[in-house]
Amino acid sequence: MSIDMEQFHQVFFEESFEGLDIMETGLLNLDSGEADNEEINSIFRAAHSIKGGSGTFGFQNISDFTHIMETLLDEVRDGIRELTHEGINILLKSVDCLRMMMTATSEGGDVDEAEVKTNFEALQNILDSESAADTPSAKQDAATSESDQAPVGWKIKFAPHKNFMQFGNDPVRILRELGGLGDLKGQVDTSKVPDFDDFNPEDMHLSWDLMLTGNVSKSAIDDVFAWVEDESDISITPLSVVKEESAISSAEKKTASKKPVATAAAPAAAKTTEKKEKSTAASSSIRVGIDKIDDLINMVGELVITQSMLSLLGEDFNMTRLEKLQEGLIQLDRHTRELQESVMQIRMVPISFTFSRFPRMVRDLSEKLEKNIELVMYGENTELDKTVIEKIGDPLVHLVRNSIDHGIEMPEDRVAAGKPEKGTIQLNAFHRGGNIVIEITDDGKGIDKDIIFQKGIEKGLVDPGSKLSDQQIYDLLFNPGFSTAAEITDVSGRGVGMDVVKKNIMSLGGAIETHSVKGQGTIFSIRLPLTLAILDGQSVSVGDDNYIIPLVSIVESVRPKKEMLNMVAGKGETYKLRDEYLPIIRVRDLFKIPDAKADQLEEGLLVVVEADGKRFGVFVDDLLGQQQVVIKSLESNYKRIRGVSGATILGDGSVALILDIPSLIRMSD
Amino acid sequence: MALILTVDDSASMRQMVSFTLKGAGYDVVEAEDGQKALDASKTRKFDLVVTDVNMPVMDGITFIKHLRTEANYKFTPILMLTTESSSDKKAEGKAAGATGWIVKPFNPDQLLAVVKKVLG
Repeated sequence: MSIDMEQFHQVFFEESFEGLDIMETGLLNLDSGEADNEEINSIFRAAHSIKGGSGTFGFQNISDFTHIMETLLDEVRDGIRELTHEGINILLKSVDCLRMMMTATSEGGDVDEAEVKTNFEALQNILDSESAADTPSAKQDAATSESDQAPVGWKIKFAPHKNFMQFGNDPVRILRELGGLGDLKGQVDTSKVPDFDDFNPEDMHLSWDLMLTGNVSKSAIDDVFAWVEDESDISITPLSVVKEESAISSAEKKTASKKPVATAAAPAAAKTTEKKEKSTAASSSIRVGIDKIDDLINMVGELVITQSMLSLLGEDFNMTRLEKLQEGLIQLDRHTRELQESVMQIRMVPISFTFSRFPRMVRDLSEKLEKNIELVMYGENTELDKTVIEKIGDPLVHLVRNSIDHGIEMPEDRVAAGKPEKGTIQLNAFHRGGNIVIEITDDGKGIDKDIIFQKGIEKGLVDPGSKLSDQQIYDLLFNPGFSTAAEITDVSGRGVGMDVVKKNIMSLGGAIETHSVKGQGTIFSIRLPLTLAILDGQSVSVGDDNYIIPLVSIVESVRPKKEMLNMVAGKGETYKLRDEYLPIIRVRDLFKIPDAKADQLEEGLLVVVEADGKRFGVFVDDLLGQQQVVIKSLESNYKRIRGVSGATILGDGSVALILDIPSLIRMSD
Repeated sequence: MALILTVDDSASMRQMVSFTLKGAGYDVVEAEDGQKALDASKTRKFDLVVTDVNMPVMDGITFIKHLRTEANYKFTPILMLTTESSSDKKAEGKAAGATGWIVKPFNPDQLLAVVKKVLG
């Protein structure tokens, strides 16, 4: 039967890329001296799996390359060889090289053969150095050098040991296989079978004298006995040298040359036809833990039970059973919500997927810039939506690069400033409210506000006379074409990027804040929504329409009092809430809703919202309820509207627009 | 039809073995390391075990050693999947109670030939 091996390629590549990540992390730990034996083992295991898989699935070049890495790692594992810093560098480069080969193979590109050759030779050089240990390939089986010519036949003595069967062996299998090679005749020796009282059916007591005639090579017979040579005495001699008399076929009682019965072959045909339709485009897939799937199945089970309970109730319903109905509906509500949460959970992946690239990056960059930097990571298991994870990678890389390049000082400068020589960059991910916060902290020189302000004036971004808050000054950093690095390095500092960083974060519905103390360090704090697909919303009504305000941006809701209303020059309507003057955004004016019920402030409600560090009051007719809504893109279904981030379909089938609070605030500015 | 347990930490290898054997009409159960395989062996009686050697949690050799002590698996054929570089692993595996080995890389036909040979 032929099997299309391509169907396993996707899984093979996925696990191999994971394996490469494991190798990289392990090697980095090895370098920093944190590695234990298990670490080395797992690096070896990853290489070993990649080699085994690539050989099996027909990627010979990957298999050959991994083989040499594996050999080296094996020596390290066995304690024969110490890995130097240089050696680790070569292994890390080899991991990169393998990744390149794997990417080229999986996505159909060209393999950089020169790169492969360089790395291969570098690995070979380590292996060749000092260790005069014999290469395993030299240990060729000596037996094969024996004359392998086929005589007329063979005399075989086969005496299995007593414990023969306790290895799962079966003498019948051996006899059957020998019988398959040629014409087999023989005699069974039962003389060692003990008396019935001493007989142990788990032991082997038989042995065989066999004659195999036909054009059979010695190695073919060796193959048959390959698994059992340790559990039996075997002698194989060519028939020609055996004296005629011994060949007397006095007792041909036992003929073991039963042909193997092909029982297993028949049903094969039916199943192989159900080959899966192979999608040509590389589909993006997600690996989900079994426990999450189990949860899901559990939940669906509950839902089915509730559904059948409700339909039973519906078959014979009267008002006396109203309470039962309500109970059932509450249950349905709860199960639907739980199911939804479980499904959302499937899309959640730990942020370590993104974080894992940083140890290598920090190591390489600090080496290049001759800085001494330690990377500390917290909260790697914090889970985020897969889409968010994928899109936050590049902005994070940029920020970390910035911290390394502009933040952390050269070791001598640090010592001069009374700081430890080794700089620290800290990555931290955690939950806060309905958001995930990722902080990039460095203990470097901090951001010089004066320089930024000056630069802002030079670039014409701010008026020389204007007074800016700290946050506003830091925000200048995220302006297109803004760079303060005195000298542009090839690491960062071209001023391309920080604006893109901000744009990317905003497009994920997040925000970035900067805090810095000159001489002490900088914190970039990124706030991201947990997921892009579902949102906790507060529905509000204005006129006949319903709108959704994201719950995360709501601070509180108040019934306004007329006397707190003020008109502030240049700021329009404001409302005095406690000691704060909140600018008011009237949704009815913003969207020109003709029949809004509340005209006077005291007739409606003020929803206090916060975004980008500013607070506003959104004036609406009424608050309805809180609910989770599924976000539908307005852009792809209709067109982009300022102040609206999307739409959702409510329980009654009507459409409600989701208000985009940050953009509303900008609109009213 | 015979019931086979395939043990490998690599999903692609596991799927390949499982697909090949299922295609030949065998019933196949997959386990991703020695410990999970050992747990599975206690819930059902397998006619053949095909196990990788290098695995996290519990490696193949330890797994074979444990499995052989189970009364139910005293005589069950156990095959190891090894690579040519680990010839000493074969000896180690045999000592632990393995019946035989299949050398990686192998193709589905080779695997099937060995399995048929063992199961008769």
